[in-house]
Amino acid sequence: MTHKIHLYDFHGGIHPPENKHQSTQRSIRNAGLPAQLILPLHQHIGAAALAEVQVGERVLKGQRLAHADGKISVPLHAPTSGTISAIEERPVPHASGLTELCIVLTPDGEDQWGEHPSLLQQLKVSDFSDIEPKQLVDFISDMGIAGMGGAGFPTAAKLQTRQYPIHTLILNGAECEPYITADDMLMRERASEVVMGAQILQHILGSQRCLIGIEDNKPEAIEALKTALAEHNQQHLMDLVVVPTKYPSGGEKQLIQLLTGEEVPAGGIPAQIGVVCQNVGTASAIYRAVYQGEPLISRITTVTGDACAEPGNWDTLIGTPVSHLLQLSGYQPQARERVIMGGPMMGFALPHTDLPVVKTSNCLLAPTEQELPPNDIAMACIRCGMCAEACPAELLPQQLYWFSKAEEFNKAEQHNLFDCIECGACSYVCPSHIPLVQYYRFAKGAIREERAAQAKSERAKERFESRLARQEREQAEKEAKRKARAEAAAKAKQAAAEQPPAAAADTPSELDKLNKKLDAAKAAVAKTQEKLDAARADDSQAEKVPALEAALEKTQAKIKDIAKDIAAAKKAAASTTGAADKGDPNSPERLQRKWETAQTRLATAQQRLADAQEQGLDTVAALQAGVDKQQQRVIEAKAAYEASLKGTSPAAATEAAATVDQDALKKKILAQQDRLAKAQERLQMAEADGLDTVPALSKAVSKQQDKLTQLQQQLQQAEGA
Amino acid sequence: MLTLSSPHTHGSNSTSKVMLTVILATLPGLLVTTLLFGYGTFINVLLAVATAMATEALVLKLRQRPLGFFLKDNTAALTGVLLGLALPPLAPWWITVLATSFAIVFAKQLYGGIGNNPFNPAMVGYALVLVSFPLHMTTTWAVPMAVDNSAVPGLLDSVAVIFAGASPDAFSGATPLDAYKHMIDSQTSSEVLKNPIFSGWLNGGWEWVNLAYLAGGLVLLWRKIISWHIPVAMLVGLSLCSLLFGWDEDMYAPLSLQLLSGATMLGAFFIATDPVSAATTPRGKLIYGAGIGILLYVIRAHGAYPDAVAFAVLLMNFAAPFIDAYTQPRTYGHKAARRGLIAKSEK
Amino acid sequence: MSTLTTILIAVAVLVVLATVFGAVLGFASVRFKVEGNPIVEQINDILPQTQCGQCGYPGCKPYAEAIADGDKINKCPPGGESTIQSLADLLGVEPEPLDAEHGAEKDVPTVAYIREDECIGCTKCIQACPVDAILGAAKQMHTVIAEECTGCDLCVEPCPVDCIDMIPVGQDISSWYWQAPTSGVELIASDRRSVGGPA
Repeated sequence: MTHKIHLYDFHGGIHPPENKHQSTQRSIRNAGLPAQLILPLHQHIGAAALAEVQVGERVLKGQRLAHADGKISVPLHAPTSGTISAIEERPVPHASGLTELCIVLTPDGEDQWGEHPSLLQQLKVSDFSDIEPKQLVDFISDMGIAGMGGAGFPTAAKLQTRQYPIHTLILNGAECEPYITADDMLMRERASEVVMGAQILQHILGSQRCLIGIEDNKPEAIEALKTALAEHNQQHLMDLVVVPTKYPSGGEKQLIQLLTGEEVPAGGIPAQIGVVCQNVGTASAIYRAVYQGEPLISRITTVTGDACAEPGNWDTLIGTPVSHLLQLSGYQPQARERVIMGGPMMGFALPHTDLPVVKTSNCLLAPTEQELPPNDIAMACIRCGMCAEACPAELLPQQLYWFSKAEEFNKAEQHNLFDCIECGACSYVCPSHIPLVQYYRFAKGAIREERAAQAKSERAKERFESRLARQEREQAEKEAKRKARAEAAAKAKQAAAEQPPAAAADTPSELDKLNKKLDAAKAAVAKTQEKLDAARADDSQAEKVPALEAALEKTQAKIKDIAKDIAAAKKAAASTTGAADKGDPNSPERLQRKWETAQTRLATAQQRLADAQEQGLDTVAALQAGVDKQQQRVIEAKAAYEASLKGTSPAAATEAAATVDQDALKKKILAQQDRLAKAQERLQMAEADGLDTVPALSKAVSKQQDKLTQLQQQLQQAEGA
Repeated sequence: MLTLSSPHTHGSNSTSKVMLTVILATLPGLLVTTLLFGYGTFINVLLAVATAMATEALVLKLRQRPLGFFLKDNTAALTGVLLGLALPPLAPWWITVLATSFAIVFAKQLYGGIGNNPFNPAMVGYALVLVSFPLHMTTTWAVPMAVDNSAVPGLLDSVAVIFAGASPDAFSGATPLDAYKHMIDSQTSSEVLKNPIFSGWLNGGWEWVNLAYLAGGLVLLWRKIISWHIPVAMLVGLSLCSLLFGWDEDMYAPLSLQLLSGATMLGAFFIATDPVSAATTPRGKLIYGAGIGILLYVIRAHGAYPDAVAFAVLLMNFAAPFIDAYTQPRTYGHKAARRGLIAKSEK
Repeated sequence: MSTLTTILIAVAVLVVLATVFGAVLGFASVRFKVEGNPIVEQINDILPQTQCGQCGYPGCKPYAEAIADGDKINKCPPGGESTIQSLADLLGVEPEPLDAEHGAEKDVPTVAYIREDECIGCTKCIQACPVDAILGAAKQMHTVIAEECTGCDLCVEPCPVDCIDMIPVGQDISSWYWQAPTSGVELIASDRRSVGGPA
């Protein structure tokens, strides 16, 4: 070490029993191949990876199974060779115990590597310093590397700091949480990898100095790192800084404060003060990726606690079930079983042990009840202020507690609730044993939920308002069109009255013109379509596609306009002829025409119904109703026509229609009964399966029933009449 | 399997232990008081603790709270101990019982019990009897051994005075502060100090009592039960006032009398530091402590009462939430601390 | 000085004072005028914006206007008790229990789901949706954009084939969070009874 590094201090902190010796007695062992690997697609902060393999597919070790979804995401690789046996929702290691999409890989035992050239080989260079930082960052992202310290932030995303110049790289080897020794053992046994990884990071960031922060309770690791630094001739470029043991010195913000005396701005990132902090495990993973082409498919996990006969560190494949590791460590289930993933301060208790080890799982802690007794019943807060003295973020934990408990989230936020790093120091020192961190987690969650709801209602409001605006606009347009039509009609009428022959002659010619235009447009469409197809087929013309598409659309719109014009012109022509004969709407000719149209419509509807029945579609009922309606219309039209022919009174026609009405109603009732039966059946099925939809379905059933009774009443009325 | 929120481990500290340590830290003071002034205070402490536990149990029962859970937190016992120490050694039993039960029922439980009282319960009880029974509260202080060895009551004498209503006159005398207050009207300060009650440094008795409480207080600091802010600020506030106005030696009591007589040390380390009713932010504690020190001086020098720890503490209790609101610490990563109370909602 | 003079002087002084202070206040009210958010906007911000119409008005904004004009604040089932409380706080009135006439508060938020193979493409639900959250065209299958659905139920009624279900929104890992601790002094003895209803 050549530079004298001034050490700073951070506020608060605690000194819980370290309990690290249990798991450092044995060197890192290989956990081997379990019977099954469960690989969650979402092991990091950011968007879940997207699976790109199929169930049943055989994959090789190191093969990519899922790719990143956007910038803040990392891909997932096969930890060993084998077959994809499922891609399904599985419980994942998370405090909620909820499920997420996982790829399940059954190893074939061969552990056969796929192609995995290192980046140096790929680019045919001898030294990483010949590689562009951008290329290195992309490669790190492709290798699925996310922060190994616990939070799991995609490493590549953290290294893209173009807008901020970085002067210091900090390697976090503090490992301040009790029990955990994964980083300690890694530094002892793979110090060289850590140093070489750090060199790559330095090159990427272009930082002037690199500080390796390590707590003074790891003398072996310190020695190993010193040796490695000397070996790689880095002792003048990297400074090993030994910091006093105090929890949470390994927190990113706290370590930065310890080593640089500067604070990361609230809500900001370390890069803003020119610092990037990476875990030593991440550095080792980067080394393995760049030098050996090995994606992140394994990690070192500590298994410890008095319930384990053989505590130690395991080189574990990602996806290895927790139960497998526990078994290897001689785990004895306790009366009140408890397995914690992570450390005793910030880890979370697992609901069961059929959960996989993921990229962030640094420790499995299986304590006995004497070792870590569950918290006593909380007593009242006596505002003793010990929490404030322990808080590394210099918050007022007890104030936050009062606000969170009273759900005064506004005030909690004002008291900087979101600066809480949930380190647990306040809960640890609280003499009243209040689960303070849980209150803060609750308050944070509730605030986030509230914000989301707020954003959603804001969006709903906008959408509602724009819908109203659209409706108004449409209404106005309709109104304008109606007016224009009325005016045109009036004009035409006037014109017809003034010079009927000329107008009559004029209209058809106008129509012809329009028709010609339409034909031309249609031809243009066909041509463009042809061109477009050709462009699509030919890759070299790919860039023309959008232009052609636009052109096509435009012509199609034109066709529509022309069609509209034609319709308008036809109507105008019809109205001129209509105006000439001025027939009353009840003239037999008209009624006959009406009857005929209704008949054609009925035929189409029947045809459609027949088709649907043939194909067994669910729309049959709906179509049946349509046919019924159409039939009724035909009968009505017929009756009206006949009445007009016979010159009988309209009352007779109504009567005829009424009988027809009854028939139709009866038919409707039958259809409705059918529908009701179907709905009931659905409800029963849902009830049998215990589905959530039961209330909705029963509502539907009662609605159908209501409709039926309504129809029956109508029928009765009709019959009575 | 057990799934609780982290952290899964806990320090060995507990509220009961904290309160018990405070009680134990008063023992040097109690011991010296008993040695120098007889058994009166000892009997008072026992009586007050018994009353406190009994009333606490009664109210918990009425409020349907679990008795064992709350009684074992030792807070009621501590209130009893502090009252027993604060009351005059020869005060009749009913004064002790009245003060203690009022403290527990009205100043603590009616506000919601432990953790919810805005005022220091012991001082509320003390202020009640001081205002209501001024005669009993000023004529029942024992004469210290150093002044008149024969006047120190024995155990039986104390019992007779406290429980049987025997006249305390044979044993009682004015406290130094009381005596000073009465005599300063007609004499100069130096003349007053010639009185036998102020005879000699480390000779009177009250100095020793205060030094014993100071020792207990240092134990609390060492055990990190209390932080240094409040006691130091209070003593500095009191001292500064005393020095500032003490230029006229004929008019005002000397610093040593301010610091080492009356309830100064008991107040500084055991009463002002009651966390529930005190300010909680670091800077807030300094302001709160200094406020008590200044008020203590002002009331002693210019008020009607010879000692004023109870009133000074209660007055600053009022101000504690306000002080807290304006003295929040700067959070990590923030440029400046937020001050003051929050507007109801900011959009 | 006669009594009358005294009285007159007193009156004159008071009048002058009143005038001066009145002028000061008047000036201040003009000079330091605070442009507040119109009350209708504030009410509208509190309403849940489901646009469900259960209150009897065609959307949240009209109901907000009605409240500003003195309508009751307890007609919004989607907002429930918390919305009533917020409205009561804003308007300085007593909160009232939810008016059952307009429906009950849902326990869990729901979104509409169209059983797509049953949909006949009638567009009725599209027309009913107040926030344009249903996609589809005539005779084409329709589908709900779950993100935008406010769970207002308005599409359920018009569907001729009853293929729309309101399904409760499940919790996933990203929306899950710890609930407040329940153990401790709060849940002991008498307090527990208030949780389980009156004893």
